[in-house]
Amino acid sequence: MKLKQLSVFLENKPGRLRELCALLADNNINMITISLADTEQFGILRLIVSDCEAAKNILEEKGFVAKITEVIAVEVNDEPGGLRDVLQVEEAAGISVEYMYAFTIKSGENAVLLFRFDDMDKAVDALQSTGFKVLDSVALFQRTDG
Amino acid sequence: MHAQWNDRESLVHPSSAPDYIREEQLRSLQLQRLRAITRHAYENQALFRERMDETGVSPDDIQTLEDIRKLPFTQKTDLRDTYPYGLFAVPMNEVVRLHASSGTTGKPIVVAYTNEDIEVWKEVMVRSFACAGLHSGDIIQNAYGYGLFTGGLGAHYGAEALGATVIPISGGNSERQIMVMRDFGTTAICATPSYFLHLIEYAEKMGIKWEDLPLRAGIFGAEPWTDEMRKYIEEKTGIKALDIYGLSEIIGPGVGMACEQQEGLHIFEDHFMIEIVDPVTDEAMPDGEEGELIITTLSKKAMPVMRYRTHDITSIIAEKCGCGRTIRRINRIARRSDDMFIIRGVNVFPSQVEAALLKVEETLPHYQIVLTRDGGMDQMEVQVEVTANVFTDTVRGVEAVHKQLSDAIAHILGIRVKLKLVEPNTIERSMGKAKRVIDNRQND
Repeated sequence: MKLKQLSVFLENKPGRLRELCALLADNNINMITISLADTEQFGILRLIVSDCEAAKNILEEKGFVAKITEVIAVEVNDEPGGLRDVLQVEEAAGISVEYMYAFTIKSGENAVLLFRFDDMDKAVDALQSTGFKVLDSVALFQRTDG
Repeated sequence: MHAQWNDRESLVHPSSAPDYIREEQLRSLQLQRLRAITRHAYENQALFRERMDETGVSPDDIQTLEDIRKLPFTQKTDLRDTYPYGLFAVPMNEVVRLHASSGTTGKPIVVAYTNEDIEVWKEVMVRSFACAGLHSGDIIQNAYGYGLFTGGLGAHYGAEALGATVIPISGGNSERQIMVMRDFGTTAICATPSYFLHLIEYAEKMGIKWEDLPLRAGIFGAEPWTDEMRKYIEEKTGIKALDIYGLSEIIGPGVGMACEQQEGLHIFEDHFMIEIVDPVTDEAMPDGEEGELIITTLSKKAMPVMRYRTHDITSIIAEKCGCGRTIRRINRIARRSDDMFIIRGVNVFPSQVEAALLKVEETLPHYQIVLTRDGGMDQMEVQVEVTANVFTDTVRGVEAVHKQLSDAIAHILGIRVKLKLVEPNTIERSMGKAKRVIDNRQND
């Protein structure tokens, strides 16, 4: 029930992010969502794309360091307290968030929260046993294509 | 003056090869040759004669090998100042070949060979290849540059004289190098270590597996490299990475070579006399102690070079080598006294940075040092390319790698310098000698 994410190392220099986006655009790869973690020295770009493997190969060919990683996608109602409820479950299970980002689905009233937890398997169990909707790639793409 | 060696077996077989000569015999041969070459240089090289006359030393004063210390040193600038032919010691019609340095730091240096010199060069290259365990039947891919640079032709003639098959591919065109290596069944390659690193990357990209290739040895030289780099190459490819030493000023490659024991480099002492001196006081250093390597050509006719200051820092290994060769060894040259730069009062050699980076578990061989001057202070930044195996998806993970590398460098240098992780392939790949230090300091 984990979702494939593409993580890319970016050196802090002008134009680098644009080059990456152009590469994906030229190859007709759609970004479902994107998040950029930046430090003084470098950035880590995290992407959910339509074809993770293809995107990775395209980027590596052009000299990017890219890696396929896993996140957990949780669908919640787009209303106050949506994130809090998820965090409460994980906190109760003794799991910490390493990073997260979120986006809303254009056709509905729901939001998708993407998490990297320190214990991914335990996190999925905790969420599912408390009735949260954890999305795999099929479910996610069904919602975003619509 | 030197023994004829029509039969290459006699050059490499322990019962007859000069590498296994008895010590007393070697020293007496050296003395005989030293006396002859001193006289030859004195009679035919104006600069040498002037310097000898100034100090009142005559060739007859060379009675023992220690008397070499009475002779004047030759500096690299002497070769530049006499550009192009000023140090030639034979008439031009006896010179059969010229080579030259690239001259990136000024006027190039021109070196000359008689027919006999070329034979000596071939001989020491045959002996070098023999040190690497190569023989007739081997297929040697020569990726040293052909042309004025001594590496290409030196290795080429030596490999042919050994009876091996030579692939004169020269440097560059990495895809073709890999293809040839695979399709022609290359068993040994000659290249600069930094270029071979580049080929390792390339092969990976092409999906080539090293265990599928018959390649078993690499003869790597023409630039300083570390033992850590050797281990990296050997672990990556499963070949033996052997260090060859040489200088254009002396003859080219083939002054010294690591044998399969891989503990230092044997110097072909019957043709090259070595000394180690303190680079500042010029005093002779005892065996085992580090100093500047000084080389005297004992057989070279066209352009003898007496007591050449190599600026290479090493020490003599006096103990006998496990391979049975009696000629002495020097330790791997990872430092040159003129590579050194000073940052915040600390002497830094690029090789120290290389050793530090490769000591960190997830090895990162592609690096560069950038020197800048900021408000009168010299700054040093080490740029290291990130590879997929060290890149983790979290900021914490990447910062941990950064810290690990930064700590390793600080540990070796004793000062903390800036470290920057850069994307792959942003550091320029060299087809020949790697440029490890970019000096952007203005001379103001």
